[in-house]
Amino acid sequence: MENVLQNRGYLTDKGFRSWAYTLDHKRIGVMYLFTTLFFFLVGGVFGLLIRLELLKPASWLFSDQVYNELFTMHGAMMIFLFIIPGIPSGFGNFFIPLLVGARDVAFPRLNIASYWIFIAGILVVTGSLVHPMDTGWTFYTPYSAKTAASVTLLSFGIFLVGMSSILTGLNFIVTIHKLRAPGMTWLRMPLFIWGMYATSIIQVLATPVIGITFLLLAAERIFGIGFFDPAKGGDPLLFQHFFWFYSHPVVYVMILPAMGIISEVIPVFSRKPIFGYKAIAYSSLTIAFAGFLVWGHHMFVAGISNIAAIIFSFLTFSVAIPTGIKVFNWITTLYKGKIYLDSPMIYALTFIFLFIIGGLTGPFLGALATDVHLHDTYFVVAHFHYTMMGGTVMGLFAGLHYWFPKMTGRMLSEKAAKLAWLFIFIGFNITFFNMFILGFRGMPRRYAEYQPQYQGQHIVSTVGSWILAVGIIIMFYNFIRCMRNGEIAPANPWSGRTLEWQVTSPPPTHNFDEIPVVTKWPYDMGRRDGQ
Amino acid sequence: MAAYWTYIIVWAALIVLTGVTWGVSYIPLGMFNAVVALIIASAKASLVALFFMHLKNEKELVWAFALFPIAFLALIIFGTLTDVLFR
Amino acid sequence: METQPIKHNIAPEDPSVVHEASKLGIWTFLATEVLLFGGLFTAYTVFKLKYPEMFHAQHMHMNKVIGAANTVVLICSSLTVALGIAAIKRGRVAMLKACLALTIFLGAVFLVVKYFEWQEHFAQGLYPSSNIYFSLYYMMTGLHGIHVLAGMAALAVMLVMAQRGRFSEEYSTPVEITGVYWHFVDLVWIYLFPMLYLIG
Repeated sequence: MENVLQNRGYLTDKGFRSWAYTLDHKRIGVMYLFTTLFFFLVGGVFGLLIRLELLKPASWLFSDQVYNELFTMHGAMMIFLFIIPGIPSGFGNFFIPLLVGARDVAFPRLNIASYWIFIAGILVVTGSLVHPMDTGWTFYTPYSAKTAASVTLLSFGIFLVGMSSILTGLNFIVTIHKLRAPGMTWLRMPLFIWGMYATSIIQVLATPVIGITFLLLAAERIFGIGFFDPAKGGDPLLFQHFFWFYSHPVVYVMILPAMGIISEVIPVFSRKPIFGYKAIAYSSLTIAFAGFLVWGHHMFVAGISNIAAIIFSFLTFSVAIPTGIKVFNWITTLYKGKIYLDSPMIYALTFIFLFIIGGLTGPFLGALATDVHLHDTYFVVAHFHYTMMGGTVMGLFAGLHYWFPKMTGRMLSEKAAKLAWLFIFIGFNITFFNMFILGFRGMPRRYAEYQPQYQGQHIVSTVGSWILAVGIIIMFYNFIRCMRNGEIAPANPWSGRTLEWQVTSPPPTHNFDEIPVVTKWPYDMGRRDGQ
Repeated sequence: MAAYWTYIIVWAALIVLTGVTWGVSYIPLGMFNAVVALIIASAKASLVALFFMHLKNEKELVWAFALFPIAFLALIIFGTLTDVLFR
Repeated sequence: METQPIKHNIAPEDPSVVHEASKLGIWTFLATEVLLFGGLFTAYTVFKLKYPEMFHAQHMHMNKVIGAANTVVLICSSLTVALGIAAIKRGRVAMLKACLALTIFLGAVFLVVKYFEWQEHFAQGLYPSSNIYFSLYYMMTGLHGIHVLAGMAALAVMLVMAQRGRFSEEYSTPVEITGVYWHFVDLVWIYLFPMLYLIG
């Protein structure tokens, strides 16, 4: 079958140097996607190993020390090397200039620098594996100040990864402010851009705090400063305040881009304009802002004052409001729409369903009385896997299936995509819904050994993890195979109305032959082209 | 475009304020020493920001970029204090 | 440049957009710096409120005269870079170069003074691990010092570019944004001086 991609667009130039020294945001986005997806798979393997160990109540596969290292690296890798950079640095880089009608981001050289800083951070993090971290991804003091693991190296590695995140966010903020095409007012921007704008604000304001936190942790180990050491008058809770001041807003860095993707996919695949555009746009900013007010809810049982606990608990409930607004608007968009259940849409609908579950289990933890019972149990593990994997990762998968034709010039196999989805959906829910109940029953998180009455449920979750893994494998096989042999994609396979669909698949290096003049918003759907 | 003289006058004001804050630090005012010192520091910082960094001539967007982080700095300090001060 | 393998027309057509974008970019970067130092300011506030007597006792080890002198050094360096930028906006390249060199020199003076200050404290047995006050002192002035060094490097790059005739009254954006960064470094010290030297 004559399946050669005639016009390779931005993919034309070949060779290592054409990628390593590129200034093209699309290539940089692709490199980020490959790198972050690689760590998704590596982190996933760690997850499978954790689940294997948990088949039996007593240690059997790994020592407890190795188990501690496994869940630490699973968390740290997934969070810092996959989910935080994933959609922003991958899809953000590729599509922000296209969606706003620009030729590139505001600072292309800073962009490629951010990628190489990311790689440097990864190399340092990998170097720390000579003595893997065993503190949990939250690196709480005092243990993290004393453990023999390579905390200092890992701290510097994550500092570099954070720098990369900051530079990316900075680039996007300036790009969105200054490089929009003529006629693209703020209220004609695609909602993915609103989501990325809100995300970038968080990245810029929150990430430096984790930077200083890791510097202080390294300084405690190297120079013996005493901020977090009670023996020297310090306060271990201060570490937690600093850590969570970043790490709570960062969950909104994780979810806002995914929500942006959902806001793009839902209208296109229901052939209806998005309902409540302004509400969705402004709610992105509200979530970004409100996300900064609630970090203390990770510390309710750590020993903070009652006043602080009450204030943070109250504020925590406020974040649900703008989130709920989005969900209502997506569902309303579907009403009386013509629904096309192609793979991007299936993942988008999956996102909504799973994220609702994840989101609704948040208040259980935000309410002080119930949190005392549920904190540090499997309930928490289930909650954040539903929001981060059921949410962000499904959003990422939706984006991958939606934009694969644009990025590669080829279509995916819908059959393989749907088969993969089935395994992923079933496997995910078995693995993680089960954990809500485990947590309610009192199973603590991060324990390698547990009471025998929990074994039945642990076996269920482990089997679920295998089903999930099969689905991921099928999905990646689909990607890899169709990158070479997929059916040639048209410029606009889904009849989208945002600007990336006006250029070829794949786009030319310079994006647009002429910068478009925008006269309307991108959600006038109508029928699919050619129908 | 500011005249050279503007910068020299601002510089002189900054030197004077530095002297003032140094001198006031010798007067025992209890906890007001800190308040006065920070007020003077903020006055100096404002001069640097408005004139040397040209904030005075910038549009509201740049002002927003300059002021927002200060609000978040206040947030992390006060948020932490609601815990630390009331244990 | 012929050595670049990939060339594509990425610059926005309007040069004033580039100027505005660069300005927004540096202010965004400064926002990150406010939060970076912010962690240390938070720690300072927490511990000062917790240990007022210890802070008072320890700050007596600070030499206010040297601190004030270093403050003056940085303020002068802000003046020199501001004058340099005003000069290049009037097309006066030679004055820009002199001002940049002077600014770098004053930055070096600041760091040398700091070095001797630290040496003196070490000689008195006051190390980062000695007590929380000095942990804060060394972390804050150390982080600030790294930023001074980075600023000097950036100014040096500007000096080289000025030497190569890259700036004129039409185009001085890189110098302007380097100047904004340098003033920020001065601004942080304007707070550090009273916090560490005057109000223990």
